[in-house]
Amino acid sequence: MKLTVQVNEGPYQHQASDSAYHFTKAALEKGHEIFRVFFYHDGVNNGTRLTTPPQDDRNVVARWSELAEKHDLDLVICVAAAQRRGIVDEGEAERNGKDATNIAPGFRISGLGQLIEGGIQSDRLVVFGD
Amino acid sequence: MSILHIVNKSPYERNSVALAVDYMRDGDTLLLIEDAVYTVMQGGKAASIIDGQKAVVLGPDLAARGIAKEKMIDGVEVVDYAGFVDLVEASDKTQSWL
Repeated sequence: MKLTVQVNEGPYQHQASDSAYHFTKAALEKGHEIFRVFFYHDGVNNGTRLTTPPQDDRNVVARWSELAEKHDLDLVICVAAAQRRGIVDEGEAERNGKDATNIAPGFRISGLGQLIEGGIQSDRLVVFGD
Repeated sequence: MSILHIVNKSPYERNSVALAVDYMRDGDTLLLIEDAVYTVMQGGKAASIIDGQKAVVLGPDLAARGIAKEKMIDGVEVVDYAGFVDLVEASDKTQSWL
């Protein structure tokens, strides 16, 4: 089965990102294909590499990056939601005149069309949010 | 056409469980995750909402909230995340009642 997962909430604020992560991991372990994980609304905050959670706490951002590296996942951050919340990659920094980037490894910034494509190309779309 | 209705709100906070149940048709499944797992507590006023429905609850979220299996109402299946994936596969669509 081909899946797209949508995450609408940021880390440490709501369980949505944790639930989405465990679901995605379980799907991969069962041999399913994750076509895309789309981070929307406050979910874009899952994609900043500048977070430093306590060492004895789970690192929500790093966990997504590691899963992406291991399984070659496509982690997509909604551009409009990212601009509002200060999630920046090289391209966005240049376009908007910002002096820094903060996007975490494995994530990329793109448009809402990527979510629609995920819905069309996948057998199921599973949404996690508040 | 079968739908997996995913609910994540406590029935003591919002009416999402009741709303999802109202929309359920034959062949649909209700999956209770996050705070919605409180629905299956024995003696809880909300437990009757899911009477007669095909309801499944996420085990790790039950455990995280200290709800032991012997404190659950009867007739509800417990799954782990792998079981969650299987339910998604077994249904034609999923609907998250956010």
